[in-house]
Amino acid sequence: MERIPILKMGAFLLVSIQVDMHDQLAMQLQDDLTNRIAETGAHGVLIDISALEIVDSFIGRMLGNIAAMSRVLDAHTVVVGMRPAVAITLVELGMSLAGVRTALNVEQGMDMLSASADAAAGRGNVHVNN
Amino acid sequence: MPISGQSQLPAILREHQRDILAEWMRLQLASVATRRELISESDLQRESSEFLNALIRAADSGGANRTDLSGSSWQQVREILERISRTRAQLGFSPSETATFVFSLKQPIFDRLRREIMDATSLADETWSVTATLDALGLMTTESYQKRREAIITQQQQEMLELSTPVVTLWRGILALPLIGTLDSARTQIVMESLLQRIVETGSLIAVLDITGVPTVDTLVAQHLLKTVAAARLMGADCIISGIRPQIAQTIVHLGVDLNSVTTKATLADAFAIALTRLGLGVTTVASHPKPAVPDSASPA
Repeated sequence: MERIPILKMGAFLLVSIQVDMHDQLAMQLQDDLTNRIAETGAHGVLIDISALEIVDSFIGRMLGNIAAMSRVLDAHTVVVGMRPAVAITLVELGMSLAGVRTALNVEQGMDMLSASADAAAGRGNVHVNN
Repeated sequence: MPISGQSQLPAILREHQRDILAEWMRLQLASVATRRELISESDLQRESSEFLNALIRAADSGGANRTDLSGSSWQQVREILERISRTRAQLGFSPSETATFVFSLKQPIFDRLRREIMDATSLADETWSVTATLDALGLMTTESYQKRREAIITQQQQEMLELSTPVVTLWRGILALPLIGTLDSARTQIVMESLLQRIVETGSLIAVLDITGVPTVDTLVAQHLLKTVAAARLMGADCIISGIRPQIAQTIVHLGVDLNSVTTKATLADAFAIALTRLGLGVTTVASHPKPAVPDSASPA
């Protein structure tokens, strides 16, 4: 059974979707990713969908769900590299993925995760000092 | 003597083709419908004789189904008519002037029939069949004329769409999209696609949608704008809407459109300033640089 690989990069997890998503694969990813976040205690998840050409409402909802679940597990999610056609499709489907943060490419997405991790660390220190 | 029920028309047409053509040309040239400045006499002569030739051939071979213009024997007539209507639509003839080309052929043929056929009943029959045929052909010219016109309109619409959606780069990482004219669904789609495409190409983080040139903003236009903003956000770029005129601000609030999720600015300059700030950039005055000349001080007092 094919799976989407989840790579660990420091404090973050990197998911690069290189195949067309079907529903089973999306469910599997959701399962695997939540498990990996719990195992590794990652603070950020970066999902690269630059190779994804076709989305439907299910995949759109799945992206939203993954972001929400990661949030519950204390990890920020950034979706990067969405293609114009995919963005238009999602908007036309009425899914603006309100809870999901986005970036143009993996580099900017990583910067975004680092920035929010730094901010979180800063807050943590203040908390400890008190 | 012709056998009863068989048309004498093809024979008459063939025999008097030259006279009919001359008479037809005279009528066409005399009528106001002939626009000398648009088409030369020799072109008209050529088109007319070509059409009459094809018509006679079709009437000859058509036999019983002479009134059925969709048949294969009328193929050539149809093609010639379509070509003539197309060129006339492009030359700027009006639809009635184009149709008159066919209708003006009635009189010469009727005259000829009246002279050649003595029997009143068969004259009426022949006249009726010629009228039916020429009417159908006349309608066909109008139809092809219309089609050609519609094609021209569609083409112009397309050209306008391409002209009216430029995406400009204000700075590295900042795109601007000056929208001009009414936004409808088709235009918004193109605007959205070209903006998103440019965002990918340039890797821009911020896009400014300037609606100074949009005359009215209704709920539909606002919805289109919000969709564009949402799509850009999904790709990881922020959108700023600028150029909102006071009346439009009032309309938006009266309509109850929620633009809270979007940064809005009154002018493009304000939007540019905030875009620069977000990228950690700024504009400063260079102290040593001379102040720009004011036009008034340059003119002699």
